[in-house]
Amino acid sequence: MNSFWIILLHTYLTKLKSKSFIITTILTVVIVLGLTNIQNIINLFDKGGAKETVAVLDETGKLYEPLKQQLAAINKEIKLTIYSHNEKEAEKAVAAGDFDALIQLRLNQEQLPEAVFKAKSIADTSLFTDLQTGLQQLKTTFAASKLNLTQAQLTKLYEPVNFKKIALEKNAKTEEELNQARGLVYFLLFIIYFAVIMYANMIAMEVATEKSSRVMEILISSVSPIKQMFAKILGVGLLSLTQLVVFLLVGYYSLKSNMNSFQDGFWDVFGFGNVPVMTIIYAVVFFILGYFLYATLAAFLGSLVSRIEDVQQMITPMTLLVVAGFMIAMFGLGKPDTPFITITSYFPFFTPMIMFLRVGMLSIPAWETMLGIAILVATIIVLAIFGARVYRGGVLMYGKSSSFKDIKKALQLTKNE
Amino acid sequence: MALELKHVTKRFGQFTAVDDLSLVIPEKEIFGFLGANGAGKTTTFRMILGLLDPSGGEISWEGKPLNYSTSHLVGYLPEERGLYPKLKVRDQIVYLARLRGMTKNEAQQELKFWLDRFRVPEYENKKVEELSKGNQQKIQFIAAVIHKPKLLILDEPFSGLDPVNVEQLKDAVLALKENGTTIVFSSHQMHHVEELCEHLCIMQKGKPVVHGALKEIKRAFGKKNLIIHGDFPLESLKDFPGVVKAKPTMEGILLQIEGESVAEAILQEIVGKGFIRKFALEEPSLNDIFIEKVGASYE
Repeated sequence: MNSFWIILLHTYLTKLKSKSFIITTILTVVIVLGLTNIQNIINLFDKGGAKETVAVLDETGKLYEPLKQQLAAINKEIKLTIYSHNEKEAEKAVAAGDFDALIQLRLNQEQLPEAVFKAKSIADTSLFTDLQTGLQQLKTTFAASKLNLTQAQLTKLYEPVNFKKIALEKNAKTEEELNQARGLVYFLLFIIYFAVIMYANMIAMEVATEKSSRVMEILISSVSPIKQMFAKILGVGLLSLTQLVVFLLVGYYSLKSNMNSFQDGFWDVFGFGNVPVMTIIYAVVFFILGYFLYATLAAFLGSLVSRIEDVQQMITPMTLLVVAGFMIAMFGLGKPDTPFITITSYFPFFTPMIMFLRVGMLSIPAWETMLGIAILVATIIVLAIFGARVYRGGVLMYGKSSSFKDIKKALQLTKNE
Repeated sequence: MALELKHVTKRFGQFTAVDDLSLVIPEKEIFGFLGANGAGKTTTFRMILGLLDPSGGEISWEGKPLNYSTSHLVGYLPEERGLYPKLKVRDQIVYLARLRGMTKNEAQQELKFWLDRFRVPEYENKKVEELSKGNQQKIQFIAAVIHKPKLLILDEPFSGLDPVNVEQLKDAVLALKENGTTIVFSSHQMHHVEELCEHLCIMQKGKPVVHGALKEIKRAFGKKNLIIHGDFPLESLKDFPGVVKAKPTMEGILLQIEGESVAEAILQEIVGKGFIRKFALEEPSLNDIFIEKVGASYE
């Protein structure tokens, strides 16, 4: 077998079998399962106290029934019970846990309903809000009947104004689509961000480990350092794809089996109802390109340090670049069409995240995406050629310092004048 | 003409690590490569292995340049030992052997052979970090020779080993030589070089200061050692004509003299002065030659 493939497979298999990889994968799968089943989990915990009971002290005797009707339309989970004893006893019953809350209804001087809400704590705002909405509607009905308004007049009064957003650009996304895209892009941006940081780190550590354990010298006497570097980058890349595929498959099947809660639950807000295929394809493309860009950078930075402890220090500037790109992308989620986002999307170190953001959120012309990808690919090639030369010299260098001056020294080592 | 270096020079910026080095290393022999620290030995090895490109000159093996396509012909034991600490002995030897063009089965068989030879077959499934330094070195040696290289480069193979392990490793090196391997090795311990090498080269600041067959080097050196043990004062001999250096010992004196005739004159001088328990004329040791050639320029 070709030595390139031997290194690639060796890197892939040893990492795949390593404890840390297995543990992080399992942990992430658990998180993915948890997230995709979040609706079920929320329901599970809600089941016990599903119905919230409220004791009603109706001083007038004519407010209870209308309020019950109003509330039935708002939240069926709230159960109202008329309470015949006095206020003190009702408060005791709430304290004892017989009721979740207590509401006292009466009419004020203008003959409009008003109420006092009492509960053990007022942390649960949703119950209060629902009751408030019901009361508000009740009050409106009372007031309207006092003014002798008909139901039809009332409906007209409360009809929401007709106000639509329309984008003039032909392919621009509708507001609804934009919201959906935002959720998906947000999610995929996170994956790109974490994967790039994690796997670039892994490569730098791998190179530094081989160097500090001095096994490097044997390796480079068997196989050219450039071949090694790319075999390693591809091996770890394969590993990252394996992990990604595991996550996506688990996520997909878990979502599919929860399709019901998925359609009108938590996930719908994030736009997972109908995932646009193109966005996923772009995500994979930018994931791979982003990985190659940062992996190449990490490999040559890793080749410059002599001790594992220095790796973090060496790759910090690189990590900051990734973080900066991610931050800008987060900002861009709200305003994807600002010139700042457009400009930064062409800066190759940001392209994988920001250009992806633009593709996912806006309908930008294809040439813009292609230009971004072309700049990115060109940068990867330049970095690979330059990085390979630094790597070749870097792996032979052992010294105390690990600064960027070493890049010059490493290049000098490979020169043959 | 197995390995040939022609006017090889390596510069790092202003610094010249190897300066116009020309060597011929005969086939199926052990060639000793000596020099003080920083004399350019490791740089030369790295150029032979193709890890560094020479700034000038040529290196060839059987008339052809060495590069990665010939890496299965070459074995290398680096000065700084290095193996994957977390990998099992078998896994990493097989991995390194496959990179040198062996198949997995061949590598496993050879590994068994070598582990048996070093009487440590139980190490096959151990992680390298669990082994002692000396045993790690054996594994490192196996990694260098497992693919039966034609050219073997050993950078300080015996440093840090106990005498029993040194003997084991020496036997292994000699056996490889019998099987036709050309071996280049460097060492600071002169007696190893004297024992193993037919030809050698002493480097000094990137230049070869002594180069040739061991016997001829000794003959050309001319000076001899004279050991005298007697129960009368011998210190005055240090001013005797023809004596280069004198060093008093517990039982007498050790003299470095210019030639055999000086020994004769000294014998005549001291006969009758008292009882001479020992009077021995010896060939100079490599150590003497090394110190004279390399040490002189330190002063």
